[in-house]
Amino acid sequence: MAFTTMVGARIRRREDPRLITGRATYVDDVKQVGTVYAAFVRSPYGHAKLLKVDISAAKAHPAVLAAYTGDDLHHAQGLKTSLPVAHKMADLKTPPHYMLAIDEVRVVGEAVAVVIADTAYAAKDAAELVEVEYEQLPVVVDPLKAMEGPPYVHSSLGTNVAFRMPFAAGDTEAAFAAADEIIKQRIVNQRVAPVSIEPRSMVANWDAGMQQLTLYSSTQIPHLLRTQLAVVLGMSENHIRAIAPEVGGGFGGKLNVYAEEFVISWIATQLERPVKYIETRSESFQAMIHGRDQIDDLEIACKRDGTITGLKLRIVGNLGAYHQLLTPVIPTLTLLMAPGCYRIANIQAEVVGVFTNTMSTDAYRGAGRPEATFFIERAMDLVAQRLGLDPVEVRRKNFIPNTAFPHTTSTGLTYDSGDYETTMDKALNIVDYAGLRKRQAELRKEGRYLGIGLSTYVEVCGMGPSAAMPAAGWDSATIRVEPTGSITVLTGVSPHGQGQETTFAQIVADELGVPIDSINVIHGDTDKVQYGVGTFGSRGTAVGGAALKLAIETIQAKAIKIAAHAWEANPDDVEYRDGKIGVKGDPSRSMTTAEAGFMAFMGDNLPPGLEPGMDATRRFEPPNFVFPFGTHVCVVEVDAQTGQVEFVKYLAVDDCGRLLNPMIVEGQVHGGIAQGLSQAMFEEVVYNDDGQLLTGTLMDYAIPHAEQVPHYDLDHTVTPTTVNPLGIKGIGEAGTIGSTPAVANAVMDALAPFGVVHIDMPLKPEKLWLAMHAKTGNGRAR
Amino acid sequence: MQIDLTVNGKRASLDAEPRLLLVHALRDVIGLTGTHVGCDTSSCGACTVLLDGVSVKSCTVFAVQASGHEVTTIEGIGTADELHPMQEAFWSAHGLQCGYCTTGMIVSAVDLLKRNPDPTDEQIRAGLEGNLCRCTGYENIVKSVRAGAKAMREHAPLHSVRDLMPIHPPAEAPPPSGEGIIIPALEKALT
Repeated sequence: MAFTTMVGARIRRREDPRLITGRATYVDDVKQVGTVYAAFVRSPYGHAKLLKVDISAAKAHPAVLAAYTGDDLHHAQGLKTSLPVAHKMADLKTPPHYMLAIDEVRVVGEAVAVVIADTAYAAKDAAELVEVEYEQLPVVVDPLKAMEGPPYVHSSLGTNVAFRMPFAAGDTEAAFAAADEIIKQRIVNQRVAPVSIEPRSMVANWDAGMQQLTLYSSTQIPHLLRTQLAVVLGMSENHIRAIAPEVGGGFGGKLNVYAEEFVISWIATQLERPVKYIETRSESFQAMIHGRDQIDDLEIACKRDGTITGLKLRIVGNLGAYHQLLTPVIPTLTLLMAPGCYRIANIQAEVVGVFTNTMSTDAYRGAGRPEATFFIERAMDLVAQRLGLDPVEVRRKNFIPNTAFPHTTSTGLTYDSGDYETTMDKALNIVDYAGLRKRQAELRKEGRYLGIGLSTYVEVCGMGPSAAMPAAGWDSATIRVEPTGSITVLTGVSPHGQGQETTFAQIVADELGVPIDSINVIHGDTDKVQYGVGTFGSRGTAVGGAALKLAIETIQAKAIKIAAHAWEANPDDVEYRDGKIGVKGDPSRSMTTAEAGFMAFMGDNLPPGLEPGMDATRRFEPPNFVFPFGTHVCVVEVDAQTGQVEFVKYLAVDDCGRLLNPMIVEGQVHGGIAQGLSQAMFEEVVYNDDGQLLTGTLMDYAIPHAEQVPHYDLDHTVTPTTVNPLGIKGIGEAGTIGSTPAVANAVMDALAPFGVVHIDMPLKPEKLWLAMHAKTGNGRAR
Repeated sequence: MQIDLTVNGKRASLDAEPRLLLVHALRDVIGLTGTHVGCDTSSCGACTVLLDGVSVKSCTVFAVQASGHEVTTIEGIGTADELHPMQEAFWSAHGLQCGYCTTGMIVSAVDLLKRNPDPTDEQIRAGLEGNLCRCTGYENIVKSVRAGAKAMREHAPLHSVRDLMPIHPPAEAPPPSGEGIIIPALEKALT
């Protein structure tokens, strides 16, 4: 880009005025006359036969308009019997997943009935009147137990194994036979919950005159939602409008289509009234997807000098009771990223997806890749500890060198670019790594336990080439130059905090030479915006922004033709220069995009054959994923008397390519670090052996308060990518991916004097205290 | 039952069930939707408002308990024409992403500064322990509150949204004045 004033600037976000003044419109803020309210009746059991679902008393409640059971929806109304799952796996078992349960419930919180009343309070009252008789069935929540045999979550399958995916590259057996050391470790990546502060929220309305269904939903994927509504409800897609208004956080939890969205949409068509459903936090913990929940068994073959020569891996993914939209895909992404930023030619692996009586796991910020980064970054430290090497040197020894790009990994990804050592060295310099190690040694003599943890992550994002995606991977953008010169941008991605109303306007302002304030970026409404795939997988700017760049190029090409015609110049001699149209070598001639747009509108002085109007819709099909990387360094001190972890320092040096708005990039990194750090330290979804959810409120499930997280220092390197025309890589998930192992490695490093090798997350004080005292009996290192 | 309260300086009267929560009275009866609900357990603080000038979680207050009292919601903290310094600080320091927790966070921060006009970072973090944010990792929230506190101590002039992000017509495009926007554009094109 020749002309840059906005791109790269820390400008205030254009979406913020409505948010800071309380004038934004989230789903629950949508007020429509005649709205009625839904309340769902949910299973209190992890697995049970439904003997009776009696809604008659609820229906008799004076405020109730309607109530439905699974039988009503599926048998009486003939609605499609299974909710969608997007995958390209040949042998995947896909048991039926009803909107409302029929015959059997398989997870606590599964909806068995729905009640519609005049007010939200009355709906909840009436839902209490629904009588359900259950016969409890055996429950299994542990995936290792579930994969061995009964009880079965879906008895008709005769197994709990949804799929097995074997994988082999190189000669792993030979590598293990020749190894100096073999390290075995089981690493559990515990189940966590996305916890967007806005829970799932939806309101559906049926316009009988227009025969149009409108669903406002707190979703990351309005167009995909519309498509699935059409498929599941058997409606014509062009009579459905899905709107993602202001969305209060997603983190993957809203990269899904949920039973409730179909149920209330269908009810709206029946009652011809707006039907609203806002889940409670407890319902959210039960029925919004969870993330992670993998048991990863590693065997690492290495040479004495720290070179890793082979990896054996079994990834067991706890899928939950049903497939949600991307459930089975997630653990396969873990395998893809197993080598991390290292040359590991020999890998033998198996991915096993297992059903249990728990909520479905699916894409949660990072979605399969954090699990890989966690175990491979833990593996580096395990190798260092076993061999008595510095973890930095083990990483250096195994890095893909910066001269080796593009690099195709043993799992088949092609990293187009990377420079891991430079980024790591920058981080080590900033924190004074040698000084920290010295300080650590001094403190240990005083009985104080400092831990220094590194994570040199690489991740795959900018999802992604359509061929490699379970559904379309492209995205779209439209630019309209309005007759009066303002610019309308319609983006197919659906930002919900990522700030693309600002960054996209920054790009357009520079490229088309218009004031940023004359640009309006519109998203999230399928009746306004051309089809787009949505915001997830750190793709919003890497794919949606790339589509925008293509649309800019189309606009520029047309503006050049118009200007050349007006000037009677050869179009080849006309160009965009500093945001304006001019003649090469002739500074006297100049035309703005707005002027060219106005001429295109007037239509009376256009080159022969050129259509009037000035707009363009373009789609970007990514030729590859992008691969942001970085080094995170975490320093902690663990109190041997209490097991309490205190953060001493946190530094992230990330490389996401070009920074469009550094302020927004930093915000993404901050939030990502907090979420990853929080998985390491605090968070865990717990089901007991009966399938009861023990972490069903924010009093039991620990997302961090401001006091519990440290200050983060950030820096970056810039290694551009050629995968997209903006030279950018996604940054939405990198913080989450990089931080978890940095924190865990720091804690394990602090506890190394106690002979501790590995402790599974979350690293709660009691676990650390027990580990410190178990080995020595007195909380003092040997 | 009859409930009379003052919300953002205006009298409001409603006839409601005794169990009606203040947050639902504000959002669903009075129509002020800037106050949000994020949990059922007073954990998240998205619903924070001022009751007689002191922050409360309006999901844990019955509307009837606020009868005869003064409530200030985010809409009463500041407006687009006259932003509260704390609102401006959250904007300038990128103290928000999805915005859902933000309104409660700003109200809590305003309350915190009443008790401690010059808090340290640690005091800010401790002071906001009743408010959860999942987007920002709190880094820029702390920065925002620090900046807001400074602006308030220094009695910095109040700004409007328009001051900070003017919506002006596109440069060298027709100005939106007088007879509407299309006419001068046509005139310009025809001359």
